[in-house]
Amino acid sequence: MSAARVGIALVFPELLGTYGDGGNATVLSQRLRWRGIDAEVVRVGIGDALPASCDVYVLGGGEDSPQTLAAARLAEQGIERAVGQGAVVLAVCAGLQLLGVSFTGADGSPQPGLGLVDVTTTPRGQRQIGELVVEPTAFDLPMLTGFENHGGITTLGPGVQSLGRVVAGYGNGIGGVEGVVHEKVVGTYLHGPVLARNPALADVILQWVTGPLEPLDDAVVERLRSDRLRAALGRRAR
Amino acid sequence: MGRGSGSVIGARVTLALAPDALEHLAAGWRVATISGTNGKSTTTAMLAAACSAAGSRVASNVEGANLRSGIVGLLTSDAARRADLAVLEIDELALPSLLPSFEQPVVALLNLSRDQLDRFGEVRMVASGWRAALQRQPATVVANADDPLVVWGALGATDVTFVGAGLYWHDDAAACPNCGRVISRDGRRWWCTCGLARPDAMEIADAQLLALDGTPLAELHPAVPGRHNVANAAIAVVAAMKLGVPAGVAATGVAAVESVAGRYQTIKAGETNARLLLAKNPAGWAELLALIEGDTGPVLLAINARIADGRDPSWLWDVRFEQLAGRRVIASGERVADLAVRLHYAGVDFDLCTDDVLDCLKSFDQPNIDVLANYTVFADLVRDIARQR
Repeated sequence: MSAARVGIALVFPELLGTYGDGGNATVLSQRLRWRGIDAEVVRVGIGDALPASCDVYVLGGGEDSPQTLAAARLAEQGIERAVGQGAVVLAVCAGLQLLGVSFTGADGSPQPGLGLVDVTTTPRGQRQIGELVVEPTAFDLPMLTGFENHGGITTLGPGVQSLGRVVAGYGNGIGGVEGVVHEKVVGTYLHGPVLARNPALADVILQWVTGPLEPLDDAVVERLRSDRLRAALGRRAR
Repeated sequence: MGRGSGSVIGARVTLALAPDALEHLAAGWRVATISGTNGKSTTTAMLAAACSAAGSRVASNVEGANLRSGIVGLLTSDAARRADLAVLEIDELALPSLLPSFEQPVVALLNLSRDQLDRFGEVRMVASGWRAALQRQPATVVANADDPLVVWGALGATDVTFVGAGLYWHDDAAACPNCGRVISRDGRRWWCTCGLARPDAMEIADAQLLALDGTPLAELHPAVPGRHNVANAAIAVVAAMKLGVPAGVAATGVAAVESVAGRYQTIKAGETNARLLLAKNPAGWAELLALIEGDTGPVLLAINARIADGRDPSWLWDVRFEQLAGRRVIASGERVADLAVRLHYAGVDFDLCTDDVLDCLKSFDQPNIDVLANYTVFADLVRDIARQR
């Protein structure tokens, strides 16, 4: 199938945009435009109605109390209806946590998540900050690189698939795995933004919407990837 | 290394021997502090100039050694022995631990936004630290009414004068710092259902600083460019007034500040005149891009991600580099690969220069260029320029 115009919702950037993850929407839309496919980024502010008909919903990382606020608004606005109709979701860090069954709010109490994926996040007591390298297992892709900055332990429910295996860093902080993939919902702790550093993952997400896409010249990204993988892995990267 | 660094090392020794050295050193001093994410150094220089214009002998850490060791180093320096007023730039995270050393300080609070997230963590926690410290201790506070985080932090104190200094970066001010609900806005007014709201403030209109009743107090004509520096000048003038300086005298002193630690100065590199502009975080970059919007000349961008910059340059995606499309752009710095990807997706054509920035400038083939750099790459450039002289 081929969409006439691909709609990409950037969800609550003023709450879930603390770590530059809005760049994921920029990457998705540019990679479509470079292939001659019309794309529109819809910036959904906290006071706006969540559009029901976007193809992709992008959620990023944020602070604890904005995260709780974002989860409550998304529950009111029914993001699960869009997901039920086949929309793609990319959720990073706080965005990943609030898609789950529960997470921990600013006051330390458990907060209900949206329940779109069967994961539960509890506080680790200490932030994990640094380069994160993941060998993807959910998709046949090159190594994923990013930067993590969070204090959560995200436990996957029985039978729930992770995005990949942690090679360097902490990821979910349990089981040596990182992120979550459930149908067309991808959750991860990778900032960078993740799709800027990992264009192959961006194309997986886009092809769920558009069908097969021609490859792009990603030479400028390859240089960044090799820099970052070398920084995180040292000699292991070669 | 400059003398400033030497005095910091000496101060670290002092602090190791006497952890309460600052409390003893600061006793009896009149102190003004300046904190916030952006504009600390410039506002500190402006306040020092305002007080000097009124005849004060000012000791100030204008070079930016803004942690405990830097303050101890300043107060034990020769310059401090002759001074009667300390004007102190203080790291926003360090402010709560340093304030108790000062007696009834004047505390200027500028703005708070995302910066070095790997070091500071959540920006609301910084405001929370200010609020708790000001609840414990008498202080005369001058604070930006347009930044909800700053207002909430400042209201820990009872003696607060607010200034409508503006806020052009709203992405860290959507949720109420007091209760977590959404902040409502109408023009410059903002409020939350919990009661936190934009307070009555001294305002800036047409480069005039106005008192609460609309009376003109002073004209603000800072020599350093940009709307953010008009805001810094307003805070500096009001803080100077709290120290007893007449508004007009303060404004004259503020207007004389031309360059702070290399910022905004134009240097000659080879055949090129390069104007040096520093921005450390998305809010700062937004101000610089507003400053150069509409210009057509070449731009060199330089990005590092050392500890003092924050080790994650993901914030590059919060900066509207798209604005630079069509201009000649040179990308440099230790994280040029990250910058290159950002520019690629912004639709900005660029050349790479992987040499030190000064060498990039020396080999540049046009008469003028604006250099926009973040913290450590800027500091290295200023150091390299000084060495060459």
